[in-house]
Amino acid sequence: MSSNSNLTTMRRLVEQLKLEASVERIKVSQAAAELQQYCLQNACKDALLVGVPAGSNPFREPRSCTLL
Amino acid sequence: MCDQTFLAISFGPCDKCVKTKPLMNIYIKTDQFNYCSLCVEMMANEGLRDNETLSSLKNESETLKCKLEEERAKLHDVELHQVADRVDALGQFVMKTRRTLKGHGNKVLCMDWCKDKRRLVSSSQDGKVIVWDAFTTNKEHAVTMPCTWVMACAYAPSGCAIACGGLDNKCSVYPLTFDKNENMAAKKKSVAMHTNYLSACSFTNSDMQILTASGDGTCALWDVESGQLLQSFHGHAADVLCLDLAPSETGNTFVSGGCDKKAMVWDLRSGQCIQSFETHDSDINSVRYYPSGDAFASASDDATCRLYDLRADREVAIYSKESIIFGASSVDFSLSGRLLFTGYNDYTINVWDVLKGTRVSILFGHENRVSTLRVSPDGTAFCSGSWDHTLRV
Repeated sequence: MSSNSNLTTMRRLVEQLKLEASVERIKVSQAAAELQQYCLQNACKDALLVGVPAGSNPFREPRSCTLL
Repeated sequence: MCDQTFLAISFGPCDKCVKTKPLMNIYIKTDQFNYCSLCVEMMANEGLRDNETLSSLKNESETLKCKLEEERAKLHDVELHQVADRVDALGQFVMKTRRTLKGHGNKVLCMDWCKDKRRLVSSSQDGKVIVWDAFTTNKEHAVTMPCTWVMACAYAPSGCAIACGGLDNKCSVYPLTFDKNENMAAKKKSVAMHTNYLSACSFTNSDMQILTASGDGTCALWDVESGQLLQSFHGHAADVLCLDLAPSETGNTFVSGGCDKKAMVWDLRSGQCIQSFETHDSDINSVRYYPSGDAFASASDDATCRLYDLRADREVAIYSKESIIFGASSVDFSLSGRLLFTGYNDYTINVWDVLKGTRVSILFGHENRVSTLRVSPDGTAFCSGSWDHTLRV
């Protein structure tokens, strides 16, 4: 019966490949352009990219406040 | 056939061809049939035909694979870094460790941020799962799991619960309570049941569903309240090591990576594998979606990270260097998707420019391999966990 299970596995593989072959694809140039556009659009919001002013950095070294 | 002589038990109409002939008693799957010798011969030949179909199916799958590659190659008109040539290069980065979270007794295996951008949960080999406040470095909660090697942990979107699992083959959800008298372990709920270790888990958009990946080669979607299996995803040929859910609110897909070198994209509702990518040379340790949801990156033991675009259905960039020979264990994007942070087994973290494919910076600091890395939800910081028992923010 192992030949039967091989058969079913192979059939499933063929079905899967047919499914994947039928996927809608776009050109890499277009996909790359859209990735780039997303990057540039959101670059200003990216704290790790542009850095935050030390005053608003939530992870800056905690300084003790001086009480007057 | 004429050489065969057999003891004819009965003489009568054959069950198959209905001709009156000497019959053989045959048992097929516990049913008894009376077939004439001619029919028996014909059925034996049919078995052979199945074998032929097996090899013809193999051929068909090979040709389909080639065809798939051709289709993908047709649309490969340009490389990502060529498109990015016109973009300004990034300047030098200085990133410092702002917080070091010490407290785990053994290797830190996994961590996850809370949506409030300051808390995070981490799990380690000694079975401890700790919830930290990253701003103050205080430990808010600590749970000891009954098993060691807690390889997966996740924070619920509401911030009220955590999920973790490892060698115990299941995923347990602990509701977080601030009542000091409550024993957290008492409220534990076992949600997932796998037949091998749990390698990754993640809450979907709500607290009610959990997606898990396991060493048994499957991923599964569970309902937290009832513990019921909602959907299972079969297709990986070996252990599944990581998974990541698509970022958008309406996203119904997730990507998983495994020891079979494949990264597969699945549909949550149907359980179908939509796309699969097999260009890595070794186990895929970590996968992460690009912030827009149109691409994902994977980190592998072959010392490279690769970017796959889902709409072009192919690998569009490789992040590697001759000098990097140690496997990459974890990967995450910055908020805009411009930077890719990758943790390696050579104790360093490399920062790559996603568009240009070049390395921007190397971060040192850990004293053992970096096992997990995540950027905080608002992108202001990222946390890395390592086998040196600490986490750095």
